[in-house]
Amino acid sequence: MEKTTNHKAWFLVLPVLFLVAFSAVIPLMTVVNYSIQDTFGNNKFFWAGLEWFSETLASERIHDALGRQILFSAIILAIEVPLGIFIALNMPKKGIWASVCLILMALPLLIPFNVVGTIWQIFGRVDIGLLGHTLEKIGIDYNYTSDAVDAWITVVVMDVWHWTSLVALLSYAGLQSIPEAYYQAAKIDQASRWSVFRFIELPKMQGVLLIAILLRFMDSFMIYTEPFVVTGGGPGNSTTFLSIDLVKMAIGQFDLGPAAAFSIIYFLVILLVSWVFYTVMTNLDKRERV
Amino acid sequence: MDLSWMAWTWPTAIFFMVIASLLLVFTFLAIRFPETPRNGVLGIETTRGDRLFITLLGSAFINLAWLGLIGGPQWWALVACLIYAAAVFRYV
Repeated sequence: MEKTTNHKAWFLVLPVLFLVAFSAVIPLMTVVNYSIQDTFGNNKFFWAGLEWFSETLASERIHDALGRQILFSAIILAIEVPLGIFIALNMPKKGIWASVCLILMALPLLIPFNVVGTIWQIFGRVDIGLLGHTLEKIGIDYNYTSDAVDAWITVVVMDVWHWTSLVALLSYAGLQSIPEAYYQAAKIDQASRWSVFRFIELPKMQGVLLIAILLRFMDSFMIYTEPFVVTGGGPGNSTTFLSIDLVKMAIGQFDLGPAAAFSIIYFLVILLVSWVFYTVMTNLDKRERV
Repeated sequence: MDLSWMAWTWPTAIFFMVIASLLLVFTFLAIRFPETPRNGVLGIETTRGDRLFITLLGSAFINLAWLGLIGGPQWWALVACLIYAAAVFRYV
């Protein structure tokens, strides 16, 4: 095959380039500008140098929020990924029930974030919520507004309820792409259920699973709306994740400089993790093809 | 066009100009002197563009680490970044 040397197709990318510049690059540049200055409003800025970066790096409050954020992402990944795979393995492969399951699984993904938050906020309330009230009646002391552990459990269960479907649907798509012949060969070899999973299903799901993990990591690492609606970051600061803290700083206290420095560090962390995931993903793909 | 809302300063303007010119130079190089990706110490295939990305991202973290852990004049972090960049372009 002859290699094409015509680069004109790149011009077709220009509209997207302009859109991204307008919606992402220019705002990001502004954030960089803010991060080294101080403002008291009225669009007047004063030079602050690297002060906000030093402050952010040394801030107890941000360290704590980062710790909570990492813990949250780790917990929901540890629950959602195995659970999603388990559900996908047990979903019917064809027929009407396959469609029914697919629609049921897709439903939580269609609900807007703030509505999910509101649903769980009411669901968990001890006075009028079904969950909270039931737990109280059977004698379990549960109150997400005053107990940090209860608040965490609520936020984690809510995220699992909202997003496990995504992992399940992606895994399901991966499973559907496995030809029947693989299973027949496994049957002839009298492979156990575990071997079928370990040597046929899991390797075939690898690609979509990595995408699922990447998506769930990024989403959970910048989660804002749902915990904010349910707990408002409380009780105390116990469910204040990075983005909740960031919004408090930027909009609540109008500390644009420190908030900008904080955003840049936050952005760099996400960029690094995403790059690692992306590199691992593409390299596994290449190795598989070899 | 009024850009005062973006709160430009000379240091940030120079920073972005350096990044933009790096991107332009590397785009030009990629078109003018096409290359095949190579496998480096990380065990992943990289092109010049990949190595630039690794350099820039790593430099950001070197600067942050300098500021947060070591302290002292930030210029020295830049020196560390240049050494890091040379290493990335040589071995990765």
